[in-house]
Amino acid sequence: MAYAEKAQRHYSSELTNIRGAGLFKEERFIKTPQKANIRVEYPAGAPNQDVLNFCANNYLGLSSHPDVVAAAHKGLDTHGYGMSSVRFICGTQDIHRELEKKLSEFLETEDTVLFPSCMEANAGLFEVTLDKDDAMIADRLVHASIVDGMRLCKAQLYNYKHLNMEHLEEKLQETQSCRFRMIITDGVFSMDGDIAPLEKICDLAEKYDALVMVDDSHSTGFLGKRGKGTHEHCGVLGRIDAITTTLGKALGGAAGGCVSGRKEIVELCRQRARPYLFSNTVPPVVIAASIRVIDLISSSTDRRNKLEENTKYFREKMTQAGLDIRPGVHPIVPVMLYNAKLAQDVAKDLYQEGIYAVGFFFPVVPQGQARIRIQISADHEREHLDKAIAAFAKVGAKYNILGKKKDEVIAMYGM
Amino acid sequence: MSEDIKKLIIDYVKKEYLDEDSDQVVTEETKLISSGIVDSFSMVSLKMFLEKKFQIKIPDEKATPEAFDSVNSIITLLKEFTPL
Repeated sequence: MAYAEKAQRHYSSELTNIRGAGLFKEERFIKTPQKANIRVEYPAGAPNQDVLNFCANNYLGLSSHPDVVAAAHKGLDTHGYGMSSVRFICGTQDIHRELEKKLSEFLETEDTVLFPSCMEANAGLFEVTLDKDDAMIADRLVHASIVDGMRLCKAQLYNYKHLNMEHLEEKLQETQSCRFRMIITDGVFSMDGDIAPLEKICDLAEKYDALVMVDDSHSTGFLGKRGKGTHEHCGVLGRIDAITTTLGKALGGAAGGCVSGRKEIVELCRQRARPYLFSNTVPPVVIAASIRVIDLISSSTDRRNKLEENTKYFREKMTQAGLDIRPGVHPIVPVMLYNAKLAQDVAKDLYQEGIYAVGFFFPVVPQGQARIRIQISADHEREHLDKAIAAFAKVGAKYNILGKKKDEVIAMYGM
Repeated sequence: MSEDIKKLIIDYVKKEYLDEDSDQVVTEETKLISSGIVDSFSMVSLKMFLEKKFQIKIPDEKATPEAFDSVNSIITLLKEFTPL
């Protein structure tokens, strides 16, 4: 038998270790489309529960928007279900190129190439643009998919302290002898919702003749006055050499990603990026719906405006209620609890109150920084936000953490 | 000699990985990787620093999180490649 007992024992013990470390991820079964109010079976076999969803990346509430769903249906009829091909053989339809053009217009870049996901865009980009004589200079907290992409690239890897521009400048000085340097950052960092200082980064890039790459997955569609992303928010439209982003969050949330930026970089990805060349094309139904999404957000900023108002309201009321939240403007709202077990217990109690939110703790976030990450959506109505705030106030009172500072919470519960 | 090297590595770790206002104490026994001070991604820059400083090449299979988990374990690793 090929699946030897030795291998089975090993895998089984790995799973036991994951459980023992408290890192085993249980999936919850959602019985409805993705939206603000969902029906969930959790744990498996438990009765269904109607809860408000505060942990989706559905920032603009477009995942189940009727216009988007209708566009997907229509796309299915006009362009079929699958393409059974990679892009360069027979997997490119007229709508694929149409979406790429629309994304370039929306992001105000020269060109765009679609990938099956942003993870794959990040896996492909560095290898085709940099070589062993070059340097990748990355913020220390960039997304895991960027880390994996950089591992596939032969360029030398440097990293700078999170958002620390002095440290970035030191690294740019250290790497003066390299052929090309690329500064690599998330636009918005997913655990804290903090925003990269792209204006300073672009200034440093100009001073030291470096390229700039930004993964804008947590901002495309809503950050900036017209929702174009972190580059609009920071006033650096046209100054980012390569943006990677996803269709899997604010932009409908189904699947797909892209590299958008300088036309030569985009074309090189099309010619050489292995995840692009060897992955199936993005399904026509996703493309058709994504075109509708870009049309919707290009013609009106109502949804990003509502998201901004919701975020402001939620952040203010949570602070007034005595919860310790990381300051900021992003719909990612980290509610700090510092202790891993406390974060898990609070999340469990919130669920009983009808609020679906998830605790994050080490190693996903640094030791002693456990939190519940709340994600606000334009799909949330005021009463949804009020219900969540009331639930946090009730559960917070139970654990005696309201109005308490970090040191006081740690004194009660440990790190 | 060994004390100088310990200090060199501790100073690098503090400068490179800790915020200026951090009150974290780093000694030769402090856990670096398993405590989260240095994540496995950032470990690359520590490896590059050591290679440059001691003019050595640490093969990837030797550059494990365990070998980089404290200044003491790093010194044990370095001794395989250079007389300290």
